[in-house]
Amino acid sequence: MNHADAALISSQRAIRVDLQLIADMIEPRSRVLDVGCGDGALLEYLTAFKQVDGRGIELSTEGVNACISRGLSVIQGDADADLKDYPEGAFDYVILSHTLQAMGEPREVLRHMLRIGRRAIISFPNFGYWRIRLGFLFGGRMPVSDLLPHQWYDTPNIHLCSIRDFVALADELGLRVERSIALNESGAPRRIGGGFFTANLLGQQAVFLLAK
Amino acid sequence: MAGPSAPDAERTHPATGQGALPGFCVRLGRGKPLKLDCGVELADFPVAYQTYGRLNADRSNAILICHALTGDQFAAEPHPVTGKEGWWSDVIGPGRILDTDRFHIICVNILGGCMGTIGPKEINPATGKPWGLTFPVISIADMVRAQALLIEHLGIESLFAVIGGSMGGMQVLEWAALYPEKVFAAMPIAAAAHHTAQNIAFHEVGRQAIMADPDWRGGDYQAHDARPHRGLAVARMAAHITYLSEKALQEKFGRKLQDRNAVSWGFDADFQVESYLRHQGSTFVDRFDANSYLYITRAMDYFDLAGRYGGVLADAWRGTRTRFCLISFTSDWLYPTEESRKIVHALNAVAANVSFAEIVSDKGHDAFLLDEPEFHRVFQGFLDGAAEHRGLPRRQGR
Repeated sequence: MNHADAALISSQRAIRVDLQLIADMIEPRSRVLDVGCGDGALLEYLTAFKQVDGRGIELSTEGVNACISRGLSVIQGDADADLKDYPEGAFDYVILSHTLQAMGEPREVLRHMLRIGRRAIISFPNFGYWRIRLGFLFGGRMPVSDLLPHQWYDTPNIHLCSIRDFVALADELGLRVERSIALNESGAPRRIGGGFFTANLLGQQAVFLLAK
Repeated sequence: MAGPSAPDAERTHPATGQGALPGFCVRLGRGKPLKLDCGVELADFPVAYQTYGRLNADRSNAILICHALTGDQFAAEPHPVTGKEGWWSDVIGPGRILDTDRFHIICVNILGGCMGTIGPKEINPATGKPWGLTFPVISIADMVRAQALLIEHLGIESLFAVIGGSMGGMQVLEWAALYPEKVFAAMPIAAAAHHTAQNIAFHEVGRQAIMADPDWRGGDYQAHDARPHRGLAVARMAAHITYLSEKALQEKFGRKLQDRNAVSWGFDADFQVESYLRHQGSTFVDRFDANSYLYITRAMDYFDLAGRYGGVLADAWRGTRTRFCLISFTSDWLYPTEESRKIVHALNAVAANVSFAEIVSDKGHDAFLLDEPEFHRVFQGFLDGAAEHRGLPRRQGR
C-alpha cells in the first residue's frame, strides 16, 4: 500500500462531514491555505484526493507537529497575526473551518482571506440554531453542545454568529456568496435559500464559499 | 572544475593535506579563485569534509549538514581529537532520521575552521607561515560559496536538503538565498537571519578574552609556539552559558557544591556550575583554534541577510521553490522563536512552501543537539514529506 492509499483510507475514516463538504468545493490541483488546520486531516485529504498544493496555519503546538510529521507544510501561527504577510492572490482557496468564531478580529480575517485567496471557504457553528435558541430561552444558560463544547469561562469562541449575521457581514464587505450549505444535527446538508430563515433555524453549522 | 569521476572513487584515496584526519580533503578554487565578501580572493585552498551513506546513481539523495560555530565535519563518528561521539550521532545513521541507507550525508568543515579547511591556523603558501590575523575576514555567505564549490566538485547538481542548527542554520538560509535551484529542501534550526546586539555583545566578550591572553601574541601565537588557552577557555565558558537555559542550569546545578560540604572562602571552583564551565573551557581548547574562533564569531556578527536585500528579508528568497522547515525551541534565548518567526513571515510574503514549529523544550539553544523527541518527530516528518516529493525511496517499515 502506498502513502496516498494509506492517507486515503485514514482520511475517509477521519474526515468530518463539514470538511467533506469543503473538500467538494475545491478544484483539483489548486493552491490551498487551511487556516486553523488542526492535525491536518483536511489538508491530507485534499493532497491525496485533489492533488492540491496545500499549506496550513495552526496555533497549537501538537497540531503543527502532527501536520509536519505527516509531511504537510504547516506553520505555527494564528490568522489574526499571520495572514497579513501573505501576498495578494497567493492561493486559489483559503479555508477557515470552525475557527472564525475564535478570531480576535473576524472581519479583518475575512478581508485578508479574500485578499490572499481568490475564494474563501468558511464553516462555523450557527448560533441561530433552534436548539441553542430554545436552550437559552428555557434553560437561561450559555449553550454547551457537541459543536460548542466549552463553558462560558473557558471558551475560545469569542465571536459567535448566526447564519444571518454572517451573511450580513459578507454583504457589508462586498463579498459574493457563491455557495452556502447548512448542516443539521445528523450532518445532512441542505442548500441555504435566499431568505436564510429556515437554514438559520435548522442548520447546526454552515459552510460558505465566498468570492470578491 | 574537473572533479573525480565519482565520490565513491575518492573514498578509496586517503585524505590529502590532513593525513591525520579521517574523511576527505580537496583543494578548490584552482581554476577560478573564490571571491570573498571582503574583496580578497582565495585560490587553491583546502576544504575538508566527511560523508556518510552512498550517493545514489542519479545523485539526487545528497544532504548537506552545516555545522555550528564550534562543530566540525565529524558529525556522526567519534571525534578524531577528543574521541567523543559526533555532535549528531543520534540523528545520522542507518535507520535514523538522516538515514544513511537512503541518503548521502555530506558535512564540510567551514571556511575559517580548524579541522582541515583553510583557516587562520593553516599555512599561507605565499609566506610559508600560518595565516594568523592576515587571514581575510570571512562571511557566512563565503562559507556557503566554498561549500557550493565542493558540491560542484563532487558532481552533485542539486542537494536534496541543506540542514543545520545555529550558525549551521544561518548557512542554510544563505544556501537558499544564493543557490535556490540547488536546494530542494531547507531546514534552518534554532537560527536567525541576523545577529542582534546581544548576540554580538556575547561574541565580543569571547573575543576580548582571547585577545587579553598574553599567549595570544597579537594573533601570532603559532610563531611563538604558544596557545592562548586561558582566553579561549573563558570565551567558551561565556558562550556555553548562552547555549543553556536558565532553568536547565538551575536544575542541573542549582547551588550544589563540587566535592565539598562547605564553601572554601576562596576562588576555587566551589560550585558545580563553576567546575562544569571550567571543564567545558579546558576540553574545548584541545580541539579548537583561538584565531578560528575570532574569525567565525566575526562572520556570525556580520551576518545580516535582510541588510543585503535593502532591508527586505523576503527578497532573499523571492521566487524560491525550496521547501522550508524552520524549527525553534521555547527556551532558546540566544536565537529565540521570534527570530525564526521573522524568517517565516518573510517566506510567507513570497508565498514560499514553509513549515514552522516551535518545540517546547527547557534545554535552551543546545536543544537541537540533544534528544528532543518532539523535534525529532517533526524533523523526520518534514524530511519524509520532502523525500516523497523528490521521488526518493521511502523509509523502511513505514
